[in-house]
Amino acid sequence: MRRLIFRRLLQTLPLLFFVSIACFVMVKAAPGDPVLSFVTPNMHAEDIERIRHNLGLDKPAYVQYFLWLKECLTGNLGYSLINHKPVLDQILERLPATAGLMGAAIGLAVLIAIPLGLLAGANRSKLVDKLVNLLAYIGVSIPLFWLAILLMYFFSIKLHWLPSMGMRTIGMDSAFDVLLHGILPCSVLTIGFLAVYVRYIRSSTISQLKEDYVQIQYAFGSAKRTILFRHVLKHVLLPVITLLGMSMGDLVAGAIVTETVFSWPGIGSLGMTAVRGMDYPVIMGITLFSSVMLILGNLLADILYSFADPRIKTTR
Amino acid sequence: MNRNKWSNVIRELLANKLGITAFLFLLVIASAAALAFLSSKDPNQINVLDRLKPPGAGHWFGTDDYGRDYLARALYGGRVSLMVGFVSMVFATSIGVAVGVISGYFGGLIDSLLMRLLEIVMSIPSFLILLLLSVYLKPSVGNIIVIISLLMWMNIARIIRAETMALKEREYVMYAKASGQSSFGIIIKHIIPGLMSVVIVSATNNIASAIMMESSLSFLGFGVQAPNATWGSMLNGAQGYLAQAPYLAIFPGVLIFLTVLSFNVLGDILRVGFEPKLGKR
Repeated sequence: MRRLIFRRLLQTLPLLFFVSIACFVMVKAAPGDPVLSFVTPNMHAEDIERIRHNLGLDKPAYVQYFLWLKECLTGNLGYSLINHKPVLDQILERLPATAGLMGAAIGLAVLIAIPLGLLAGANRSKLVDKLVNLLAYIGVSIPLFWLAILLMYFFSIKLHWLPSMGMRTIGMDSAFDVLLHGILPCSVLTIGFLAVYVRYIRSSTISQLKEDYVQIQYAFGSAKRTILFRHVLKHVLLPVITLLGMSMGDLVAGAIVTETVFSWPGIGSLGMTAVRGMDYPVIMGITLFSSVMLILGNLLADILYSFADPRIKTTR
Repeated sequence: MNRNKWSNVIRELLANKLGITAFLFLLVIASAAALAFLSSKDPNQINVLDRLKPPGAGHWFGTDDYGRDYLARALYGGRVSLMVGFVSMVFATSIGVAVGVISGYFGGLIDSLLMRLLEIVMSIPSFLILLLLSVYLKPSVGNIIVIISLLMWMNIARIIRAETMALKEREYVMYAKASGQSSFGIIIKHIIPGLMSVVIVSATNNIASAIMMESSLSFLGFGVQAPNATWGSMLNGAQGYLAQAPYLAIFPGVLIFLTVLSFNVLGDILRVGFEPKLGKR
């Protein structure tokens, strides 16, 4: 077990290194000169050169990369070209809004997907299964931004039940207010995750039901429901762990569209603003941040998986 | 690929009402988009007097905020959306098959290198790369296709690699090797034909995700630029008129939804048809 964790960690380090290079190259290749954002009209050419030198932009690219990496490792992701605030601070400031929204959506999706997937898998080709299948098809195929617009139209514009924009009503500072604002974006994201989870859980239920232990339980005369919720459930939870790990990478990128539609002040909309304003340090910071989350999420999923299922040893 | 497999697929498709519906829907939407030029309506004809007319006899889908015929825009937009989906799929599938076959067939160092590359690309959230690249490449249809293809080949490559590794051990491939055929010849003559069913299934699903990516991108305003429309950019415009003209948001959304749904349904039916032993999922 310890060897497996160690090996996976060793595989992760070079991956992180290459991903950081990829992020650096992508932003380096971008058009536009970052020095220009510091230039004012009455500056001389030598002033501009001095700024370039102070920023380290006159050094060769690989030197710039290692300087940048060193700063990143000490927690300095650079400064926004637009408001000159530290990138990491901006990300951390926005993190609770995104993490709260995504956490709630993923949690809800798992809670709904487990019973639905189990029931569908246990009653293949029956009505429940067909309904669940239809739901999954719809969830996978519906553009989430369109779903967001539809929900906004019905619940905010037509019925006036829920707010359509932002996270707080101006001048109000209550948890209930935030909750109310969160319902629509959270529903959209939940439906997106739910469709994926339900399919996984359904198909792993189907394959679990063919296992010997299920047949033995049947032979012992256990009720179908007992088998399903006591024995099969345990095994079905395994792929859920993997799914949760993979969802960590979606934490930021997955929310971009939804956050933009609902003006939810999270990392996704921070990224959108940065992309629109070509604010490269912020874009680079967010890309790096979400890539690291994705890699760590996969790593965590692998480790948890091997704890939960000791049959998987160092084979991989 | 033998004839038996194909007849299986066709039987599976015909037995499935949802499948036939999906197929017919795609056929209708594709021909309508392709033949849109036969209509007298110009999708970019601005008519201020006809602003935001609700759907009716003159304009079946109504008119948008510039008084342009919404049906014509939806058809021309569909042409771009479907084309981006289809061409991206062709590119992504080609890259995926090439990488997967080379990796799986030769193994060793090439395999390790290609798989590490794949892991790196998969470790950066693709939607972020999509946004990033579309900002500094000028947003034209061609660039969007290139970007989407570069973000979609990884899954196919993985599947194809695994399939190739299995095929490589089959007797007829071993015989071909023993009889002195070149690696290239074996790949073309014996490996690729054996991969066709897997390729077709993932290609079908990939059209769906390419269309989805393109419409998200255009919805955010980074896709195909005005005055040309795609379903995604039409939804972007519709957002501002949600209270006065909700139909502007309904039509393009329904079109994206049904198109993506149809490709997903067909993909699943093809999978079952090609691999009956998996049974209905």
